[in-house]
Amino acid sequence: MPDLLVDFEHVSFAYDDKAILQDISLQIRRGQLVAIMGGSGSGKTTLLRLIGGQLLPDAGAVRVAGSNTRELSEAALYQLRTRMGMLFQFGALFTDLSVYDNVAFPLRERTDLPESVIRDLVLMKLQAVGLRGAATLMPHELSGGMARRVALARAIALDPQLMLYDEPFTGLDPISLATIGTLIRELNDALGTASVIVTHDVAESLALVDYIYFLADGRIIAAGTPDEVRASPHPFVAQFINGRPDGPVPFHKPAAPYLRELGLEP
Amino acid sequence: MGNRFVRLCQSIGAPLTARIIKLGFACRFLLGILRHSPAAFARPQLLAREIWFAGVLSILIITVSGLFVGMVLALQGYDTLQRFGASSSLGILVALSLVRELGPVVGALLFASRAGSAITAEIGLMKATEQLSAMEMMAVNPMARVIAPKFWGGVISMPLLAAMFSATGIFGGYLIGVPLLGLDEGSFWSQMQGAVDFRLDVMNGVIKSVFFGCAIALIAAFEGYDAPPTAEGISTATTRTVVTSALVVLALDFVLTAFMFRGV
Amino acid sequence: MKRTTIDFWVGLFALMGAAALLFLALKVSNQGALPASSTYTLTANFENIGGLKVRAPVKSAGVVVGRVTAIELDTERYMARVTMALDEQYRFSRDSSAEILTSGLLGEQYVGIASGADDKTLGSGDSFKITSSAIVLEQIISRFLFSKAAGDDNTTMEK
Repeated sequence: MPDLLVDFEHVSFAYDDKAILQDISLQIRRGQLVAIMGGSGSGKTTLLRLIGGQLLPDAGAVRVAGSNTRELSEAALYQLRTRMGMLFQFGALFTDLSVYDNVAFPLRERTDLPESVIRDLVLMKLQAVGLRGAATLMPHELSGGMARRVALARAIALDPQLMLYDEPFTGLDPISLATIGTLIRELNDALGTASVIVTHDVAESLALVDYIYFLADGRIIAAGTPDEVRASPHPFVAQFINGRPDGPVPFHKPAAPYLRELGLEP
Repeated sequence: MGNRFVRLCQSIGAPLTARIIKLGFACRFLLGILRHSPAAFARPQLLAREIWFAGVLSILIITVSGLFVGMVLALQGYDTLQRFGASSSLGILVALSLVRELGPVVGALLFASRAGSAITAEIGLMKATEQLSAMEMMAVNPMARVIAPKFWGGVISMPLLAAMFSATGIFGGYLIGVPLLGLDEGSFWSQMQGAVDFRLDVMNGVIKSVFFGCAIALIAAFEGYDAPPTAEGISTATTRTVVTSALVVLALDFVLTAFMFRGV
Repeated sequence: MKRTTIDFWVGLFALMGAAALLFLALKVSNQGALPASSTYTLTANFENIGGLKVRAPVKSAGVVVGRVTAIELDTERYMARVTMALDEQYRFSRDSSAEILTSGLLGEQYVGIASGADDKTLGSGDSFKITSSAIVLEQIISRFLFSKAAGDDNTTMEK
């Protein structure tokens, strides 16, 4: 198994004419827990979709586990995805299936295991996220944090080598947030996966991850370990980490001069 | 002057281009469905769930509407026919109008608003809550797992529902014609049977409803898949499914009728 | 919703659909043209077929024995050639006559066959020797009106 699981080489991506990502290069290795941080609309989620092969780069190459996503056939791409797990922002559980069936879904669809084995695997995965007792519930009966833990159990059902997390901390209470954070770290270390977390939650991820990439306007503007990032003199990083309202990212959206617009000045 | 012309062209051209792009996407979407159809048919359970969703849940509205449409046809038809002393032809009138036109067309319109809108909403909601995306990332193609079964569930349900509509409608016509208006039961049925041809009238109606089923299922699945992932996007898409389906069904009905009953 | 429940309803749905189709097939409609295997073809030439249509019934003594399969104009004699498919079990003598009749005053038109007395019967591809054309209502009316008008003229002339 190649050690280098994700490899971006000068990747650019645009929707229509709007550039989302420009000249991104990054590497993620086995065992690493990497955070991609940036403001809203900085292209973080697009980056995840590029890794998952749901989008293909306009320029440059995205290699996942050694294969270039652009050169894969549809079948090979789906084969590659069996080695990835993705946790979506709000869990994205199938609303018409119970918790148990949700976790069993990838196993039933992608393996030929007998139902008794699937049952054991599902209970194991649910146990890992602490929700074996919720197996019979329907998704609408779960709280936000529980739904995300079920989704996490579902994402790890096929024992992936690469975990992708899209905003895993958004909208959670502090207890759930800590639970998810611990789970992500533990799963990463126990399964020996590489994990990519896309987030703008500074405090939680600085405590959690091994390496951080900062994304702004579709470019990587800074990178480093949590300690390096904390000490970074880069104005954007400093503004982001400390959560200041004004800085390189201005408080005001560019507009005509205020006084002139009010008619107080010619 | 020249500028204004350019602007006029642009104002006509931009929405037109957008429509054509959408149509092209719909064609690609249909090809995708067809490509993944064998996978859908390989799993009858999935198909059964979608037939239940599109067909079984529409039985009530279809049969009740059919009954009333048939009864109204009989009342109205009797009023007109008896002026010409032809009230014994009431069975023919009711059966032919239902089997040839009203069964497939009104059935399709009801189906579009009952099942078509539900398909759009379900797919749209699955897309908005990233369920389709999650499926893709679990290495399961949503086209084969969700869209194609929904499409075929609709296509299979439509002709059966249209036949039920016609059958209950004719029964409604019978209820009005024979017990209420006192027509002779024997001549009601025998005249009907003498004038309605199985291949030419009944089967052509069934063929029509298969076409309508394909059109509605495609429009419904496509609008759901194409809907912007917001609450507003889904509600507009649902409305659009019903409106577009109705227009397409009526236009298609004209074309098919022109083909089928030309010169007969 | 449990799988067996869904299966039950879908099965019931299919049954209802099949029942509706069967009802339409057996109770509401007729099977139309006789099957091709058990028919033979006869032709008849008419001076005027009136409103006769393809698929109109062919009757003998009021019993449907076949259907009109084709109508075309014979451009040599300018007569309408009507081709019909008749049920194999009904045979007609060679001197039978075919005429175009109307069911009721304004009903649909059909071909009526009146059998003759010849021992030999018509075989496939043969044609009727004796035919009589459709009664065209307009012609009858106009003939009646003309004769009436001519009669009126005569009386005025005399005066």
